[in-house]
Amino acid sequence: MSVAPKQQSFEPLIVAFCCNWCSYAAGDLIGTSRMSYPANVRIIRVPCSSRVSPNFVLRAFQRGADGVLVAGCHPGDCHYVSGNYHARRRLLVLKRILEFTGMEPERFEVHWISASEGNKFAEVMRDITENITALGPNRKLRDIR
Amino acid sequence: MRRIGVFVCWCGTNIAGTVDIEAVVEAAKKMPGVVYTGEYKYMCSEIGQSMIRDTIKKEQLDRLVIASCSPRMHEATFRRTAAAAGLNPYLVEIANIREHCSWVHKEKEKATTKAIALIRAAVAKAAYNRELVAGEIPVEQRALVIGAGIAGIQAALDIADAGFEVDLVERTPSIGGRMAQLDKTFPTLDCSACILTPKMVDVASHPHINLYTYSEVEKVEGYVGNFDVTIRKKARSIDMSRCTGCGVCLEKCPIKVDSEFNEGLIKRKAIYIPFPQAVPNVPVIDRTSCRWFKKGKCAVCKKVCPADAVDYEQADELLEKKYGGIVLTTGFDTLKLDEFGEFGYGKHPDIITSLEFERLINASGPTGGKLVRLSNQEIPQNIVFIHCVGSRDKARGKPYCSKICCMYTAKHAILLKEKYPHSQTYIFYIDVRTGGKEFEEFHRRAVEEYGAVYFRGIVGKVFPEGDKLLVQGVDSLSSRTIEIEADMVVLAAAMQARDDAAEVARMLGIGVDTHHFFVEAHPKLRPVETHSAGIYLAGACQGPKDIPETVAQAGAAAAKAIVLLSKKTLIADPCVSEVNEEICTGCLACIQVCPYKAITEKTLDQKVHGRVVQRLLAQVNEALCQGCGSCTAACRPGAINLKSFSNDQILAEVDAVCL
Ligand SMILES: Cc1cc2nc3c(=O)[nH]c(=O)nc-3n(C[C@H](O)[C@H](O)[C@H](O)COP(=O)(O)OP(=O)(O)OC[C@H]3O[C@@H](n4cnc5c(N)ncnc54)[C@H](O)[C@@H]3O)c2cc1C
Ligand code: FES
Repeated sequence: MSVAPKQQSFEPLIVAFCCNWCSYAAGDLIGTSRMSYPANVRIIRVPCSSRVSPNFVLRAFQRGADGVLVAGCHPGDCHYVSGNYHARRRLLVLKRILEFTGMEPERFEVHWISASEGNKFAEVMRDITENITALGPNRKLRDIR
Repeated sequence: MRRIGVFVCWCGTNIAGTVDIEAVVEAAKKMPGVVYTGEYKYMCSEIGQSMIRDTIKKEQLDRLVIASCSPRMHEATFRRTAAAAGLNPYLVEIANIREHCSWVHKEKEKATTKAIALIRAAVAKAAYNRELVAGEIPVEQRALVIGAGIAGIQAALDIADAGFEVDLVERTPSIGGRMAQLDKTFPTLDCSACILTPKMVDVASHPHINLYTYSEVEKVEGYVGNFDVTIRKKARSIDMSRCTGCGVCLEKCPIKVDSEFNEGLIKRKAIYIPFPQAVPNVPVIDRTSCRWFKKGKCAVCKKVCPADAVDYEQADELLEKKYGGIVLTTGFDTLKLDEFGEFGYGKHPDIITSLEFERLINASGPTGGKLVRLSNQEIPQNIVFIHCVGSRDKARGKPYCSKICCMYTAKHAILLKEKYPHSQTYIFYIDVRTGGKEFEEFHRRAVEEYGAVYFRGIVGKVFPEGDKLLVQGVDSLSSRTIEIEADMVVLAAAMQARDDAAEVARMLGIGVDTHHFFVEAHPKLRPVETHSAGIYLAGACQGPKDIPETVAQAGAAAAKAIVLLSKKTLIADPCVSEVNEEICTGCLACIQVCPYKAITEKTLDQKVHGRVVQRLLAQVNEALCQGCGSCTAACRPGAINLKSFSNDQILAEVDAVCL
């Protein structure tokens, strides 16, 4: 009885690291096209998905983010030629480690969104918000405050 | 303590309509380090900018946060504004509260909360911003143009006319591209060769153009202003300085293979000049079919050559050259029609493609311009054209419109009627698209003056019956089924990217779209640039295009290249990696992930307890570093950092958005 209303009002906080050349631009495009996605997502611009150090992801969870997304150019399309291949390997290892610690894997996602895929950008943002709303708050990795 | 100034832009109602500016300003005032907060209707306007400049001085601001549109839009503008007020431009941060906030969220409360979070992140990041000074990189004042169709020819001529050296590299033995294959061209019906050949000759004789035909670009390294390129000059087996172009070898060569230039409609020899107006007018030996190279016998060409120009020993040559800029003009192919069984292409000689039609009706083509049925050499009476074969066909072909087929089919109808007044053309179309100067008029002429009969509808099947081809289709406007006894069927196959386009793109470090056409930096505002500085695009390699558009784009790409080459030095982006030598452990994991080979190892002599020891360290070549930051995430001790996207900066942003 006491749990249900609380869960309904849960608004997750999602941190999205977006590569400047593709996903960040797709975010701009969806804005220019005036489509919408949930306001729960906070975008941090990085030059390339390969700039995203696992530290940043962990820090976001530690500071209370309920979900983290890294988005870059499609494999093969990285503005810096091969950055996203490194990112893919590195971040998938991170995902496995997070899973190992008992964290729900859905909380951390990596997506490839090109600059022209505004719709996909919005879709990914909607999906991740929906999934994480269903999961509830991140309790595992957040600082005790 | 920092003195950060926050400026919130209304962007008219674009931001102010969904974000509560007053609440945002109030919140910003309380952010750490913020000493001034202002707002204005249009921050990017001259008034807005002068307000920023004045405030920087009055409030002695040492960092700026502009909450406005995307940094991809106006970061450069506001950096200039800061610089004009004496503030280092890299001390400016942008909070994107338009594209990423006010335009995508409808509820004012949520949008306002998010805008505040984004500004908080920008303020937190700005606190860590450092003054950066842009360096200079030299520009090699020479251009490379890859692909010598009309696009490459035009671009090379324009750049060379501006006084810069140009190397033009063409894969096939002659320049000219597809345009050389065409007969007359819409919408004016000039003869293609008559307008192209003079340009080809200009290229060959231009003092600033070096032509490398039968050559390919094999490797591209470096960066804008300083590309290091390896060109493979394939062995022609002919000494070009000796050959007089007399053509005796072509006559005597006993080997015949399909002529690529004539779309396989006739044969060429193993030693050949692709077409009579070829530039250079020097033969080449096709080593895959030449008897000497296959069996070690024959050598007829060598025996008959009066100039002793045939050289079987000739080897491929590798040239290493440096360029400031590159124009990519590799053109297009037409779709292979294997999947379109209903049209019977390949099963009957009288079912041909539009490009084959161009060759057949061309006075210098295989039939001397006599359009005949290949089955019996007779002049066809009824000719059926089918539009959109593979275009606008998501399932089997390409979802896009090839743009030129409506026009060239109308051209074919006109050319036919002019040549053979008794012939009759029937054209099946989905839509007729004639967007272009004089295009609609041209199409109307085909219908009204030249009697072309258009059916809106699709053809279900083409099959031989007797010595005719039966074409069955539907006219979707009248819902009639239509059956035509045709003598010839011409298929307008879709334009598509070259087979190797994705490979070429990878070599150059540029992007391709889902159909492998090269991607421009911005579809509207930067149509001939790519995301890689110093590499430009023109012609059909970027998307389906006719000749006028190709030439216009080539001129534009040339102009961009000229702007680049006209500078002796470029300002280098200072947002590059740097190594903190104190904590670098010399593991060199960074070298593995750097796409630009910008990191190398170095040794440092260091005194440890009175003894000199050598320490291995990483070092960054700032001219090569493009600022991706791949190394920073690979660095175990966190010794490598990216200026303007440093670990501190990003972590501060993370902390701020999570508050
Ligand atoms: C049947 C048909 C009829 C047409 N009729 C008309 C018309 O009437 N009017 C009109 O305006 N347009 C017409 N067009 C369109 C016209 O052909 C194109 O607009 C034009 O040829 C595009 O020129 P381009 O230089 O971009 O490409 P291309 O002509 O394809 O030239 C590209 C060149 O680059 C070379 N190349 C490719 N890859 C490499 C590489 N990796 N390294 C080095 N070199 C390379 C190729 O060998 C080629 O020489 C027609 C097209 C077709 C198919
Ligand atoms: S630049 Fe987009 S992922 Fe590397």
